[in-house]
Amino acid sequence: MSLIYPKESLSAYPAHLSPGYRSTVKRSPSKPLMIVPHTLSELTGPAFGHDAVQDGDADLTKQHKGEPLGERIIVHGHVFDEDKRPIPDTLVEIWQANACGRYVHNVDQHPAPLDPNFTGAGRTITDKKGYYKFITVKPGAYPWGNHHNAWRPNHIHFSVFGQSFLTRLVTQMYFPGDYLFPYDPIFNSVPDEKARARMISSFDLENTIPDWALCFRFDIVLRGREQTPLDTDKH
Amino acid sequence: MSEITPSQTVGPFFAYGLAPKGRCQWDPNGSYSWKETVGDNLITPDATGQKIRIEGRVIDGDGKPINDAMIEIWQADSQGRYAHARGEQPRPNAKFTGFGRSATDKDGVYSFDTVKPGAVAGPNGARQAPHIVVCIFSRGMLRQIYTRLYFSDEAANASDQILALVSGDRRSTLIAHKEMRGALPVYRFDIRVQGDNETVFFDI
Ligand SMILES: [Fe+2]
Repeated sequence: MSLIYPKESLSAYPAHLSPGYRSTVKRSPSKPLMIVPHTLSELTGPAFGHDAVQDGDADLTKQHKGEPLGERIIVHGHVFDEDKRPIPDTLVEIWQANACGRYVHNVDQHPAPLDPNFTGAGRTITDKKGYYKFITVKPGAYPWGNHHNAWRPNHIHFSVFGQSFLTRLVTQMYFPGDYLFPYDPIFNSVPDEKARARMISSFDLENTIPDWALCFRFDIVLRGREQTPLDTDKH
Repeated sequence: MSEITPSQTVGPFFAYGLAPKGRCQWDPNGSYSWKETVGDNLITPDATGQKIRIEGRVIDGDGKPINDAMIEIWQADSQGRYAHARGEQPRPNAKFTGFGRSATDKDGVYSFDTVKPGAVAGPNGARQAPHIVVCIFSRGMLRQIYTRLYFSDEAANASDQILALVSGDRRSTLIAHKEMRGALPVYRFDIRVQGDNETVFFDI
């Protein structure tokens, strides 16, 4: 399979500089990025064997002696390319706050309790159909210092690889109907409303397990299209 | 119209999930654990070629160290081959993945232990000078930025087609400088995200 990576696809991304999110002001390039051709170095990328993950890595509720507090949830979906073809055998990593909105990272000083039964990290490899599944607890909202009374909507951080080093994606999965969306400069850094909607999981009643856990679906679309015959002619 | 999932910042708290064994001290009490998937040492027992170390600081627009960045590198093995294709026949460097990840410490320092990559195929049938693709994530970055690391002791830099596209006064930001630490070559590669002497980043 020969893929191309049109740069127009990146129009869905936030700008590097998005002053509403204050930290971007000193951490965004100020000079124009250089346009260069995609070479073998960009068109290849890391491959992960199934030994990159261990049994249980995808269940964040079973990593300690007891079960974490909070709402148990299932988060699942498929990883696709832009032609909606599934991406098998790719690494998906997540990290998140606990149910109280607190991360185990020592830089997080939000005065909400840590949970000794929850680290908040998980990973898995997509199957042949590009499918992944995690079991975790719903992360809490948390305050941050960006502006007065700033709170992040509930979210789970995602890291995905795909077919090349250009398809690498770090993003955040949000939950449907969050009342904090209008106030969050990170969520709103994505200019297009339809693109923002693609970061919001959907409630999945069909796969909710009765008497056990609510389910949310989050499909992820990475860069990459099949090369058209016209493109092939040029090479 | 693009249908891809937008990028969002990696935020300040990724280290415990993505780089738990690295330079970042996220768990001073040692009460939590998480095995790392990918670390900052790429050297495998079967890796051939010159062992090297890469070290540098990540610096913001005020010249201050960025102490919560994540650097990922992608490189060929010493024979100029990327470990991209799956299911290949056994070969030298079969275990060498060419992929590494390092979270910066409190001084903004990242590092990798690896082997020097060989030259790989480039545009128009020419070869590229040995180089490493570098990808930077950080709080305050809503999307990753890409650059390339070239080696100061490579004559092939003079004919590299990507370097040739970079204006002469900025090309030096892509060159890692060699110093010897005992018998180990250490290549210094600082990444200036913004401002004077800003590193060249690529729109790819
Ligand atoms: Fe977060």
